Amino acid sequence: MHGRKRTRSFYVLGAFFILFVLFLYGPMSTIFILSFQGPEGGLTFPMRGVSVNWFRNLTEKQMVGDFAGSFARSFTLGVIVMVLTVAIALAGGLAFRHRFKGSGLVFYLAIASLIVPSILVSLGIGLQFRILGWDTAWYTSGLAAHLTWTLPFGLLIMFAIFNRFNKSYEEAARDLGATPWQVIRHVVIPIILPSLIGIALFGLTLSYDEFARSLMTAGTDNTLPLEIYAMTTNVTTPVLYALGTVTSGFSFLIIILALGAVSFVRWRRERHGSDAGKGV
Amino acid sequence: MKRFNYTPYLQVAPLAFVFGAFLVIPILTIVVVSFWDYDFARIIPDFVLTNYAELLGSPVTLRTYLNTLRYAAIVWVCTLAIGFTIAYFLAFHVQSTTWQTACFLICTVPFLTSNIIRMISWIPFLGRNGLLNSALMGLGVVNQPLEFLLFSDFAVVLAFVHLYTLFMIVPIFNSMMRIDRALLEAAYDAGASGWQVLVNVILPLCKPGIAIGSIFVVTLVMGDFITVRFMSGGQSASVGLMMANAISLLQYPAAAANAVILLIVVLLMVAAMMRVVDIRKEL
Repeated sequence: MHGRKRTRSFYVLGAFFILFVLFLYGPMSTIFILSFQGPEGGLTFPMRGVSVNWFRNLTEKQMVGDFAGSFARSFTLGVIVMVLTVAIALAGGLAFRHRFKGSGLVFYLAIASLIVPSILVSLGIGLQFRILGWDTAWYTSGLAAHLTWTLPFGLLIMFAIFNRFNKSYEEAARDLGATPWQVIRHVVIPIILPSLIGIALFGLTLSYDEFARSLMTAGTDNTLPLEIYAMTTNVTTPVLYALGTVTSGFSFLIIILALGAVSFVRWRRERHGSDAGKGV
Repeated sequence: MKRFNYTPYLQVAPLAFVFGAFLVIPILTIVVVSFWDYDFARIIPDFVLTNYAELLGSPVTLRTYLNTLRYAAIVWVCTLAIGFTIAYFLAFHVQSTTWQTACFLICTVPFLTSNIIRMISWIPFLGRNGLLNSALMGLGVVNQPLEFLLFSDFAVVLAFVHLYTLFMIVPIFNSMMRIDRALLEAAYDAGASGWQVLVNVILPLCKPGIAIGSIFVVTLVMGDFITVRFMSGGQSASVGLMMANAISLLQYPAAAANAVILLIVVLLMVAAMMRVVDIRKEL
């Protein structure tokens, strides 16, 4: 507690935390190391030499299926989901600041969207498209299925933001004659920008890694998680780990970019000496 | 007279459209299709109860549901214990905000990477010739590799805990950060021990966070099929897996009937947990 000296429980809990972090990251780092396995090496230690052989295998199409194509599809889909999630969640978040009929219903739909098992959403949308006679494809039914997963997260983050939002900034802008649109564009959005970047990060990464909701909705072309899953059943070489290293590396890159963007926004804010956003 | 304000309706329209078109209608579709007939290649509009009769009449169904509930119960206990401890450490023992944020991010990052890759990463660790077996044999604890580590119920639970503990940490941490620190000081001043403060002050105030985390973990486990399939090596069953198998055999009405039952079970469980918490107040 504040002002208290570090107690024995701090060290016990600290050790537990470190163990938990090892538990989280340990397995991931072993496949990172093993992806550099020599050409003769297998799925477990020991390392038989060090090589980039398995990464090279990854680029050969016949070896592991369509890695480049599925990666491109998953990334494109992720970006579309990201843009739509930010836009729709922001608009929805703004709506919930007012009273409107049916707000409770929309809120409970959002919660339902989180707790209804993914495979149900997948099956439902798949059947829906089938009955309507539409073809499923990653950019139509797949997109819809992913949005049902990313939007609730986006909306909940928006709630958290606006519950802590200081309305006097908006009132000040309105008193100075700003139109509602100008208030949103020049006051609200700049203040909540770091959180919007957070929603964007969620939208992109959750879609990029989504498996169950893509299962019946991705159509004939696989997204990356579907491709990886197909590989687990028929590939027994470290090329699987190379794929894991590349896709995880990509996820980490996105996370680092997002964190960098957030710190950049904060830094610029402080440099300009404005007090905007201090209430956030 | 105040003019009717239509702005919120326009703002919420896209959101309502997505949930209406891609959540409500699909679920209604599932309900309808669960009464349809099917043969090896087609689904046939009809009104039959055979899908439910076959499902509910089969002892496999009950066994599978019980097995899935067992996973949910074990994973719930493990994630709650670990999640509460981690959140407690972060909220009350890490003093600087910077460190708090950093540690919190460290816990969150894996959530944003692929679940399948995170499952695959257990192979070199748990496999027959994996690190754990090598270490145990090196230490002389066992003479031959333990077979139950990978492709077993143990592996399934381990992977679930690995994947979903974060869903406990975040809401519990959130609850803990909202606890007025003066309450703790008051309890200490009144002579409470650290343990008593934890049990009598912190724990009751964390109930909403625990409920939200539990809802996440339980629903994720109940609907899962890929973790069970991959980590048990196809040896264990879960409801999701049963559905996925029916889907791969194109027996959509059978899968739909199972989906309806699963949805009812999950909603009942969530309703029970919701009694503890008003989610809208917790954000």
